[in-house]
Amino acid sequence: MSTVRAAGWTVVALVLMALAVPWFLWDTSAIAAGLPVWLWWHIGWMALASVVFAVFARTDWGLGVEEVQ
Amino acid sequence: MADTALQLGIVGAYMVVALAVGVVAYRLTDRTAEDYYLASRTLGTVVLLFTTFATLLSAFTFFGGPNLAFSAGPEWILVMGLMDGIIFAVLWYVLGYKQWLVGKRHGYVTLGEMLGDRFGSTALRVVVATVSLFWLFPYVMLQQKGAGQAIVGLTNGAVPFWVGAGGITLFMILYVTLSGMRGVAWTDTLQGLFMLSLIWVAVAWVLSAVGGAGEATALLASEEPAFVGLGGGLYTPQFIISTAVSIAFGVTMFPQINQRFFAAGSKKVLKRTFALWPVLVLLLFVPAFMLGAWAAGLGITVPEGGNVIPALLGEYTPTWFTALVIAGAMAAMMSSSDSMLLSGSSYLTRDLYRPLTGRDDASDRETDRREALIARVGVVAFATLSFVASLYTPGTLVQIGDTAFSGFAQLTVPVALALYWQGTTRSGMYAGVIGSQVFYGLHVFPLIATVGGLLGLDVALPTAYLGWTPGVVGILVGLVLTVAVSLVTAPAATENRTAYAVSGIESD
Repeated sequence: MSTVRAAGWTVVALVLMALAVPWFLWDTSAIAAGLPVWLWWHIGWMALASVVFAVFARTDWGLGVEEVQ
Repeated sequence: MADTALQLGIVGAYMVVALAVGVVAYRLTDRTAEDYYLASRTLGTVVLLFTTFATLLSAFTFFGGPNLAFSAGPEWILVMGLMDGIIFAVLWYVLGYKQWLVGKRHGYVTLGEMLGDRFGSTALRVVVATVSLFWLFPYVMLQQKGAGQAIVGLTNGAVPFWVGAGGITLFMILYVTLSGMRGVAWTDTLQGLFMLSLIWVAVAWVLSAVGGAGEATALLASEEPAFVGLGGGLYTPQFIISTAVSIAFGVTMFPQINQRFFAAGSKKVLKRTFALWPVLVLLLFVPAFMLGAWAAGLGITVPEGGNVIPALLGEYTPTWFTALVIAGAMAAMMSSSDSMLLSGSSYLTRDLYRPLTGRDDASDRETDRREALIARVGVVAFATLSFVASLYTPGTLVQIGDTAFSGFAQLTVPVALALYWQGTTRSGMYAGVIGSQVFYGLHVFPLIATVGGLLGLDVALPTAYLGWTPGVVGILVGLVLTVAVSLVTAPAATENRTAYAVSGIESD
């Protein structure tokens, strides 16, 4: 069970890393509310990362690091 | 002249406040190494968050980074967000939490101690400390250089470079030898909050003068259309990923950051810090780097060798505010440097002085006293040497900084393997640590080209592999070497393979 959860969280972490930069907006120079759109994506994504980290800390902290006794 | 006096007065007043905090901490510090270096593993959420944060911040946040955004566009925000906000946070859990558990169980104070104990090898401990100190040096120098430049810029050259850099160096020596980790962590908190508030006030000030973010960005888009679009110029996907990965991995192995993994007060502190991290990163780097980028649209001219942020603020805000921001930048440099000096001195005394003079880890009153002295002598020597180097070394802040980061980044994979894979052997660690350092070092220092030149050959290593920096390729070299050599060698008799098996139950 914990292996499945560890794998799941690993995927989550990789997705958080992969999309911190909005690669799909490459070369786009649209501006919204005073900032480039790609920057808004990044701001939103970092806020999301914080929430995800908080959920992880609450539910599965220790996974993969603490040895099962 | 009155302006210069005012500015120096503000910077000076700031330093006095910081020193006062140091004195209070000094009175609370007892004379053991664990307390001097780790504040007896008692740091709470806010202090740990800000001390790590302030330590990460350096001259780069206020000067190098905004300069880069000014000359190449604000995409650097993405690099910082990815590396600092996310990759580093994940490493904070994977390496930091593990190191905290292991460190608490065995009483480790430095990375070298932790590895030396597991692999039963004093030599490994010495190697890791030597590598760390080697890369730490240019980085401390970078801070001193930044401080010197800041003072020169602030006073329009009335105060020469060496006075500014030397003054900061002296102040740091005084401060670090006096207060230890507790004082460093407290002032870091003060400095972190100070910097964060200042940068937001600066943004508000500049934007209200130009008519809002929409106006500033529109000006930027008309002056430098490529800056508003994602990517282009300096920023290729390989560049963004390479830089983010090598800096994140590097940060983790910086002595002053790595040592903070041992200093957390409890599991709860680590959890909270971990979750708050991306938001804090965002709050600092978005305004700092956007200021640099907006300046490009506002037609700000930066004097030769100067920095964009002071130039921009000089244009839009009163003198006293520019001085406050310079004080904030000095705060950033000092909070990085004092931590570096403290950690550097712990590596020096515990991982080099002790083993090389044949002392074991026993702690008695006599040893503690002698080491307290050695630690302080180490701080003085280290800071003085790097100050002298800062007077002569060419090169821009970013280049030097990036060299050091990637140098540290080479240690991350071998350390991670050691923590998680019991099959890692002592020989594997030697191969991974030394091999990756040699690989990276040969790319940074033109040794091969020089030797080739002596023989009349025109040889040089590539500066990139399919667009990936040698720093990132070196990390892979370290991975392959550590794993391959560990697989073909047997563990040494003195290895303690279960040293890092920790349950987490005992930690609460």
